[in-house]
Amino acid sequence: MAVVKRTFDVVVVGAGGAGMRAALALSEAGLKVAVLSKVFPTRSHTVAAQGGIAASLGNVSEDNWHWHMYDTVKGSDYLGDQDAIEFMCRAAPEVVYELEHFGMPFDRTDSGKIYQRPFGGHMQDYGKNPVQRACAAADRTGHALLHTLYQRNVQANTNFFVEWMALDLIRDQDGDVLGVVAMEIETSEVMILQARATLFATGGAGRIFQASTNAYINTGDGLGMAARAGIPLEDMEFFQFHPTGVHGAGVLITEGVRGEGGYLINKDGERFMSRYAPNAKDLASRDVVSRAMATEIKEGRGCGKDADHVLLKLDHLGEDVISHRLPGIREIAIKFAHVDPAKDPIPVVPTAHYMMGGIPTNYHGQVVAPYDGGPEEIVQGFYAVGECACVSVHGANRLGCNSLLDLIVFGREAARQIIEDLKSNPHPKQLPSDAADRSLSRLARLEGQKNGESVSEVGAAMRRVMQAHCGVFRFPDLLAEGVRKIYEVAERAKCTEIKDKSKVFNTARVEALELDNLIEVAQATMTAAAARQESRGGHARDDFPDRDDDNWLKHSLYFSEGRHLDYKPVRLKPLTVETFPLKTRVY
Amino acid sequence: MKFRIYRYNPETDTQPSMQSFDLNLEAGDAMLLDALVMLKAQDDSLGFRRSCREGVCGSDAMNINGRNGLACITPLSSLKQPIELRPLPGLPVIRDLIVDMTQFFKQYHSIKPYLINNDPPPETERLQSPKERAEIDGLYECILCACCTTSCPSFWWNPDKFVGPSGLLQAYRFIADSRDQATAERLDNLEDPYRLFRCHTIMNCVDVCPKELNPTQAIGRIKGLMSKRTV
Repeated sequence: MAVVKRTFDVVVVGAGGAGMRAALALSEAGLKVAVLSKVFPTRSHTVAAQGGIAASLGNVSEDNWHWHMYDTVKGSDYLGDQDAIEFMCRAAPEVVYELEHFGMPFDRTDSGKIYQRPFGGHMQDYGKNPVQRACAAADRTGHALLHTLYQRNVQANTNFFVEWMALDLIRDQDGDVLGVVAMEIETSEVMILQARATLFATGGAGRIFQASTNAYINTGDGLGMAARAGIPLEDMEFFQFHPTGVHGAGVLITEGVRGEGGYLINKDGERFMSRYAPNAKDLASRDVVSRAMATEIKEGRGCGKDADHVLLKLDHLGEDVISHRLPGIREIAIKFAHVDPAKDPIPVVPTAHYMMGGIPTNYHGQVVAPYDGGPEEIVQGFYAVGECACVSVHGANRLGCNSLLDLIVFGREAARQIIEDLKSNPHPKQLPSDAADRSLSRLARLEGQKNGESVSEVGAAMRRVMQAHCGVFRFPDLLAEGVRKIYEVAERAKCTEIKDKSKVFNTARVEALELDNLIEVAQATMTAAAARQESRGGHARDDFPDRDDDNWLKHSLYFSEGRHLDYKPVRLKPLTVETFPLKTRVY
Repeated sequence: MKFRIYRYNPETDTQPSMQSFDLNLEAGDAMLLDALVMLKAQDDSLGFRRSCREGVCGSDAMNINGRNGLACITPLSSLKQPIELRPLPGLPVIRDLIVDMTQFFKQYHSIKPYLINNDPPPETERLQSPKERAEIDGLYECILCACCTTSCPSFWWNPDKFVGPSGLLQAYRFIADSRDQATAERLDNLEDPYRLFRCHTIMNCVDVCPKELNPTQAIGRIKGLMSKRTV
């Protein structure tokens, strides 16, 4: 079957914060860019980020990028690559000022500067006292950021392919990436988008879990495509459970609530974080707070008739702080928890939130994979940024507000790198004759499938397994059983059947294709979690409660083919400063 | 729980129809979107957009019992049965509850929805006092769901000429921003019998906005600025 082909300098897949920051720079550089998005750009999940974007502006309290870097290294439980972390923390003030110049509506201090609030793990003087580092637009920072970037892209005439879904990566015999095969959702038309540079900014995959703060669209599409094309996925065992998802609904309540002075209580009304993190208390790292909450609940101090959640108290902040700094939270609490937080505490529970792992890249956004003896060889033509990438700046646990920062710093940097790389690479390579075959056979399989299970059934089975076997605390027997079960679900996912065969805006087909991606991520996460015999950051093993730097100070690499694991060293050497040496992590 | 849902697939249907659905579900705390996802599990051909499921992305705007709203933040318990769902009015239907939003975004783009400031940017942030910043509260929060614009009779009649409440709210968002220098240009852009002045303060927009914003007020302020500069 002949597939229509279009050729671009750069194809960007994903139009969230990272994709749009990159697209802006690429469009402004005069390159021919196509930006594909499953949804209209401002519907991307960056829109749901609440609390802020981290940068050591020092607008409210003294701060500098060294302290930010230390906090990030410590927050990562020393698994983060220190070259990338230095790069990000140093660039932070500049990229945030840029956003302000683009028109982003930050809140302001009395002197007219960008308002900054305290956040979990943000400290002064190498971990001593909380610092106000989170640059905020009320509790809608992601919305403000995403809309600003979209607006700027409108001005730059960026070429968006709205409601297009990328299906598969095109690689040739040398392993070089030459573009993607994609489908226009409205018409089901399949097209080859050839490009000299392909940038993935496809976001996370929180939808592998039953209870998740993530949007329905967060289905790990970039990771699925990369995995199917033989690219490994890095550090997939590290999944962040956000301490404060609304009990039941899973909707996110920002850490900014605790930054503004809110705190968690158990059924006895005790501010229990004082026992787990005597210094930082409720502003300890997310992994620490989530484990503390899970422990409180496990030991019978949970709230409610089923003792299955704790409470987030903020009524003492007063009407003024709540209506000015946390208006969106109040809206969410009223709608989803049926409480007005100015009067009553919000029932919360740790909820799957963020994938620290992803497609392995260096700090220029270039995808790297083991090849010919080298652990980190550049995959020509392929770049990844944002949550779908693993730079790795977040290591085993991400600090709040470092995700928006990650998007902007590496979105901008990958664009710079692409512009440079394209200068020495002026002509597109010859497409392999089978470029579209994988996608076409996936679509044909779906078209012809008989007696298969529904996508919603298999998806539900996957989410149940992940939730029960790969949660905040991980147990050896549950993990072993989880691996077996998720591989079984993966077999079932190969025979999903859709009843709707229409070519017009077929969302059933989209969901089936998304499940192919989710199941790649779920298998990677479970497999890597079962293998890592230590506790570090977001990965907490009941049978190995301590961090084990002698054996496990290394990144994992999961290969879809054969579901095998490999490992590579952590980059402990920063770019210009001394290495932050390994220390026990206390807050 | 009973539903009547607008169905239309241009491949197979010559005209749209309303289909009845029955769902075994207690309203409880569930939102309308939860019910739609369950209905789709029964009949995967049911088409609707959705993403964040918390009222910030603007994907799942639809006409719910005659009124535009977001399915994800509309509690089932607040709805009279049978719950009647239709696509947003005034835009072409692609399929079922999915409308073609091209015209809506075209109007949004027409107001130059980006900050215009021709001074070279300073090394740090441009300063803006909390009071100046407060001027854009109630404006920048728009999620582009189109609930307001597609509830506006003036937009139904002149979708190609009248900017509509959402676009005008955004126009005022930039006029009101102390950092923006293009107020005159923005007013020129709206000085037209249709683009701005087709607003007859019917106020459906205010009534339906899921973010409780007030486009009519913003439009009134633009009109005020317009008349001030003509005298």
